[in-house]
Amino acid sequence: MIKYVLRRILFLVPTLLLVSFCVYAIVHAAPGDPAQLALGEGATQAAVEVKRIELGLDKPFIYQYFAWLKNVVFHFDFGSSYRSEISVAYQIRSYFPNTLKLAGLSVFFGALIGIPIGILASVKQSSWFDNFVMSIAMIGMSVPAFVLALVMILIFSVKLRWLPSSGFSTVSEMLLPITALGMQPMAICARMTRSSMLEVIRQDYIRTIRAKGQSELKVIVHHAFKNALMPILTTIGLQFGALIGGAFVTETIFLIPGLGRLLVTAVTNRDYPLVLGGVVCVATVVAITNLLIDVAYALVDPRVQAQFKNAGGGAFSWPTLIKRQGIKPK
Amino acid sequence: MADIDKKARDKTKIINIFGETNETWRRLKKNKTAVFSLFVLIILAVLGIFADFVAPYSYFEQNLHDLLQAPSRAHWLGTDQYGRDILSRLIYGTRISLSVGLIAVGLALFAGGILGSVAGFYGKRIDTLIMRFMDIMLSIPSVLLALAIVATFGTSLPNLMLATGISTVPGYARLIRASILSNKEHEYVEAARAVGAGDFEIITKHILPNCLAPILVQATFGVATAILTVAGLSFVGLGLQPPIAEWGSMLSEARGYIRDYSYMLISPAVTIALTVFCLNTLGDGLRDALDPKLRD
Repeated sequence: MIKYVLRRILFLVPTLLLVSFCVYAIVHAAPGDPAQLALGEGATQAAVEVKRIELGLDKPFIYQYFAWLKNVVFHFDFGSSYRSEISVAYQIRSYFPNTLKLAGLSVFFGALIGIPIGILASVKQSSWFDNFVMSIAMIGMSVPAFVLALVMILIFSVKLRWLPSSGFSTVSEMLLPITALGMQPMAICARMTRSSMLEVIRQDYIRTIRAKGQSELKVIVHHAFKNALMPILTTIGLQFGALIGGAFVTETIFLIPGLGRLLVTAVTNRDYPLVLGGVVCVATVVAITNLLIDVAYALVDPRVQAQFKNAGGGAFSWPTLIKRQGIKPK
Repeated sequence: MADIDKKARDKTKIINIFGETNETWRRLKKNKTAVFSLFVLIILAVLGIFADFVAPYSYFEQNLHDLLQAPSRAHWLGTDQYGRDILSRLIYGTRISLSVGLIAVGLALFAGGILGSVAGFYGKRIDTLIMRFMDIMLSIPSVLLALAIVATFGTSLPNLMLATGISTVPGYARLIRASILSNKEHEYVEAARAVGAGDFEIITKHILPNCLAPILVQATFGVATAILTVAGLSFVGLGLQPPIAEWGSMLSEARGYIRDYSYMLISPAVTIALTVFCLNTLGDGLRDALDPKLRD
């Protein structure tokens, strides 16, 4: 077990190295001279040359990458923004918590409502409730967060004047962004819970427990749901990762000072150190989330441990497995 | 002799494909929502293709006499802050969104198809190499990857298609590899090899047609995702630039007039949601129709 966890953690290292290298290479390929960008249009040729040497741009690409990597790994130093010269690490530290909070609360909200709905739908399969709720879930999956956000602002802020249309510090300010961003995870959770429950409910042991006279509530909650839980947790983890990456539109609409909005501004200003730092940070958090899901899975499910023991431990991973096979919650 | 063989082979193949398509179609027809979605999508596609003839006005022509008009008989969905007809802009936007979605998915399928086929068919080292790389790409959220690519290479239509396409390659590569793996041990592959077919022919003519079902389903969902990615990027100003009519940028413009001219917001919002909803339900329906085993 410890070996499995260690191996998964070790796999994280080359993953993050390659991610950072790929993003570094993409950003490096950007047209325009970073030294020129940093100094602005009016800078003299000599000043640009000096800046080039200061930024290490006279060195070969690989050398630049490793110099950057060294600073990131040992000093958590991503360089500083071209224009404002503010440290990228500082900006990320002050903006990222808001994104994490927004994504975390949205997923939590989605799971809190989506899972019970999914359970009820699976228990009453093919009833009017099931059909109705799953149609709603389909709509919820299809309306993107930013469209929903705008429509909700229109209804709750502009027409009814119940809730503020921007900000992220008080509960009333958080309500709209979280609902807007949480709708898709909610729909996906509901669909995943339903299909996972249906799979379990059909199993023989559920029939056995029923035959023994166990109460229906206990059968569903205690026996069926517990066994249906892992794919649901995996979905929640994946959703969390997706929201961190996709929150930038919602942040822009509600003027939330989060990493996504910071990144959008960085891209608009062609502030490449910030783009690089932001993308690498998000990718790291997503990779760690995936790792945590895997470890949780291995802790809970003896089958994963067994598979690890027998097969010598391939990099079995639920998030990658689900993504690999393109499994969509049904 | 060889000629006759070939003809016979082609004939059976055609019958097989049609037979399966008919069966799939028959099952799909039973699903009312899926048929409705397909119908709506076809209408949207036709509108997009013939936008030049269908749209009552042009998408960029400004009419300073008719600024911010509420829906009326002349302008069914009203006009925007430059007096442009919203309905016409939506119709032209359909063309952009659908083509971005289709081309991005096409690119991703092409690249993912090659990578997945090579990895699945040849296995061993090349498989490990390609798939490890794909796993790594999977850990970058696809929107962010698209953002980084757009940031670097600029926000033109081809770049957007490329960016949204590239970020979804790993998913298709995985899927196609899995399909190839499950198919390559079948006897028909051996038979094809016995009559002298090369690797390329075996993969493209024999194996891939047999694993079209899951690919088609994934691609349908993929078009929806690509449309949303581009709309999101355009919304924050990193997608297509004005005056191009794009649903996301129309929403972004409408946002400034949300207080007094909310009709500007409603129609693009409904269009995006409806399109994505139809693609999702069609994908669901196709999956059920193509593989009845998956049905609950």
